[in-house]
Amino acid sequence: MGGGITLNHFLVLSLIVFSLGLFTVLTRRNAIGILMGVELILNSANINYLAFAFYGGGKYDGQIFAIFVIMLAAAEAVIGLAVVLAIYQNFKTIDVDATETLRG
Amino acid sequence: MDHPIPVTFIRLIVVLPLIGAAINFLAGAWLQKTFGKHAISLVGCGVVIAAFILGARAFLAMLALPPENRFMLDDLWKWFDVGGLNLDIAFWLDPLSMIMTLIVTGVGGLIHIYSIGYMHDDDGYWRFFGWLNLFTFAMLVLVLGDNLWLMFVGWEGVGLCSFALIGFWYKVQANTTAGNKAFIVNRIGDLAFVIALYSLFAGLQALGHPTLVTREVAQYAPLLAGVPIGFAGFLSGHQLVGFVTLLMFIGATGKSAQIPLYVWLPDAMAGPTPVSALIHAATMVTAGVYMVARLNFLFSMSPFTMGVIALVGGLTALFAATIGVAQTDIKKVLAYSTVSQLGYMFAAVGVGAYAAGVFHLMTHAFFKACLFLGSGSVIHAMGGEQDMRKMGGLRHKMPITFVTFMAATLAISGVPPFAGFMSKDEIIWQAFSHGHTVVWALLLIGAGITVFYMFRQVYMTFFGEFRGTHEQEHHLHESPPSMAYVLVVLGGLSVVGGLVKIPEFIATFKPFETFLDPVFSSEVTRRITEAGIHSHATEAAFGFITFTMVVIGWLVADLMYRQQEIDPARFSQMFDGIPYEWVYNKYYVDEFYDRVVIQPYLFATRALAWFDSNIIDGVVNLAARVIVFLSWLSGLFDHYVVDWLVNFASNMTYNVGGRLRRLQTGSINGYLYGILAAVMLILLARAVARA
Amino acid sequence: MLAQVIFYALAALTVGSAMLVAFSRNIVYSTFALLGAFMGVVGIYILLAADFVAMVQLLVYVGGILVLTIFAVMLTAGIGDVTVSNRAVGTGPAIFTVGIAGLVMLYAIARTQWHQVAAVTPAPTTYAIGNAFLGEYVLPFEVASLVLLAALIGAIVISRHEARD
Repeated sequence: MGGGITLNHFLVLSLIVFSLGLFTVLTRRNAIGILMGVELILNSANINYLAFAFYGGGKYDGQIFAIFVIMLAAAEAVIGLAVVLAIYQNFKTIDVDATETLRG
Repeated sequence: MDHPIPVTFIRLIVVLPLIGAAINFLAGAWLQKTFGKHAISLVGCGVVIAAFILGARAFLAMLALPPENRFMLDDLWKWFDVGGLNLDIAFWLDPLSMIMTLIVTGVGGLIHIYSIGYMHDDDGYWRFFGWLNLFTFAMLVLVLGDNLWLMFVGWEGVGLCSFALIGFWYKVQANTTAGNKAFIVNRIGDLAFVIALYSLFAGLQALGHPTLVTREVAQYAPLLAGVPIGFAGFLSGHQLVGFVTLLMFIGATGKSAQIPLYVWLPDAMAGPTPVSALIHAATMVTAGVYMVARLNFLFSMSPFTMGVIALVGGLTALFAATIGVAQTDIKKVLAYSTVSQLGYMFAAVGVGAYAAGVFHLMTHAFFKACLFLGSGSVIHAMGGEQDMRKMGGLRHKMPITFVTFMAATLAISGVPPFAGFMSKDEIIWQAFSHGHTVVWALLLIGAGITVFYMFRQVYMTFFGEFRGTHEQEHHLHESPPSMAYVLVVLGGLSVVGGLVKIPEFIATFKPFETFLDPVFSSEVTRRITEAGIHSHATEAAFGFITFTMVVIGWLVADLMYRQQEIDPARFSQMFDGIPYEWVYNKYYVDEFYDRVVIQPYLFATRALAWFDSNIIDGVVNLAARVIVFLSWLSGLFDHYVVDWLVNFASNMTYNVGGRLRRLQTGSINGYLYGILAAVMLILLARAVARA
Repeated sequence: MLAQVIFYALAALTVGSAMLVAFSRNIVYSTFALLGAFMGVVGIYILLAADFVAMVQLLVYVGGILVLTIFAVMLTAGIGDVTVSNRAVGTGPAIFTVGIAGLVMLYAIARTQWHQVAAVTPAPTTYAIGNAFLGEYVLPFEVASLVLLAALIGAIVISRHEARD
């Protein structure tokens, strides 16, 4: 595309999203919050894939891979949220700091 | 001697008493209980009498042979063949051992018969005959053994049986102590004898003739002339023959009760009287004399030893006789008399009169056995009393005993024509004849004293008033036939037994000496025996001097003890009674030995025992303590080092585990950080690797 | 020119929403901000000539995952309570770590000589992707469907067990 938008732009964008997602993962105490951070990270990875696919000569490999990532993200979200609900039913809370029963 | 006649019956003579001993020991108690004492008597006496009959037959057979061929050998089997020493169990019958065999089985058999009556009341009857048989066996091995080692086996065997028989009534400690004394004193002599055998063998082996067979030693003995000992340091220059013979004589002093090892014989009177008669009068104590006679070819080669033997014999003869004078126990008198008479025998072989010595051995067996058995008869009648001061006038109550005792006393006193005169006179003459004047003097005085104490004994016992208690007086009776007949036989032999060798000055009739000639036929021996004074007139003169001495002795005894003219107390109290006390107490020889020999020995024993229990055991205990200490150290090591290691390992695991488990925070946040960190690190590593 | 404006606008939407997701105290705010982020990303995809992927993103992420997340939030928060705490802790170390990671990646981006080909004209990709899924990438496609099946069963199992208690 024109307008001077290079690959680097998309990479930096992806990086920022990734950093924010990582930050979320590391700081959140709400389990669902952590999962949301994970979604952000996956999305940033997707952006990367598609950017490289676009700027790498128009091949579709990147896009296919991005679809796979989305699929797996969906699966993981399902399981994750099921687990969160299970934890909520057992502990009556989803604060990860409170679920320390496996401590050594 | 080189071609003995091989026979097979000699072993029977030896083995029969052994069989008797075996039966008596193994089945005796049962036999006695089941069949009574007659069974034991049958076995015990039967075997010895059978042996005597066989011996008599052998004697007749031997007489039928020409004199130079009177040698029979019964070789049973090979004993051992080791290091050049090749010995068989074999029995050698020559004139000397023939006479000894007849004495042992004959006089022995008579004493066995006597024992039937004497030991009649004793419960240990079977034991007694067992030991008597065994003794007879051992004595026969001693006299018939064809080699010196076998002789020594018999030597030891008779020592053992003597020990057992002295202590026969073992429940009284004094008896067993006497047995111990006999055995131990004998042992000292045996040690000397063994050393002598070893040295003899060593000497012969060095000459190339390793042997201990008697006839072979006789053959090679001349080669030992001048041979030095070669060992034992300071002794090595001296003659080997002298060394060997001297040691053998020391052995003989132990067995035959000469100075200095005679002290056991008086104590041995603790045994039953038949034992005293058989062993300590007729047979065992004569083993020493037999040995010297048997090895005459060796002894003749050493004038020094011969001189020692003669002197010791003479001194013993006089010394023991003086002690006998003061004794009050009827058996002790006879014991010292035996020691004294043995001295005569040794003096005889010491001056070179071998045949005379053996002759006196035979006659002494007759009259001494008769005297002992007679005293046994008296003791039996007195109900066990042995003190002569409590006796007296017994000739009326015990005529047979009296007559036989008197006959034997006349014999021992040297009154012609009784047996003792023939033999003792010969010895005294031979001593002077071969130039041993001192010995002659000793023997002469001894003869006088012998007469004195013998008649003193006779007068105290059989004459005068009875000095015992009333019960004893009522109990007096003559002995039973089994005892009385034996006394008669022995008494008869005491009378006529000497007629086989009459002194030269009276007549030339000496079949006994001629019979023994082949035994004493070696060069050296002949030289000695044929030397000496051959004048019959001189011999007659000296015989007269001896007879005078006898008469004087008898007169003094008669005056003191029969006619009671002279009071014995006058003599016993002379010089404040001190000499008498010394004589009565046997010159305190036993006490001297105790102080000088036994106490230091016991002290040494105790010192060594202390050494063993304190120092040696101390060393052992020390070793034990060292080991305990080392094991304690090891324990320390184990406790602190090993256990520390083990505990350390487990503590480490525990601590590390304790620390590591803190990783399990349970905090999901933490885990996320961990995952992130790991991923970063991996990527970093990959990047670095690629760069 | 137009491209730049569109790009920056979409970027701003995405980043802003992401920041809301990261920093918001309220979980419900975060969830709806996530919606915004997703929409922005869809736009980015279209800009990158990935039309099919953008639609998939819209359908799956927004229509599926986001709805699921809202359900989960509502179920765990309590029906009447919308002010569920969503505190953030340990921001210090997180900033540090993120900073480091970001800087490193930034460095990598800047320094690397990306092999860039001339831009191509955007074309519809659906056909090609479909062919690829049943052609070259048939195996991963099937496996991915298995994964989805497993996830489905797993979710049912988990929630079913809990329901029994």
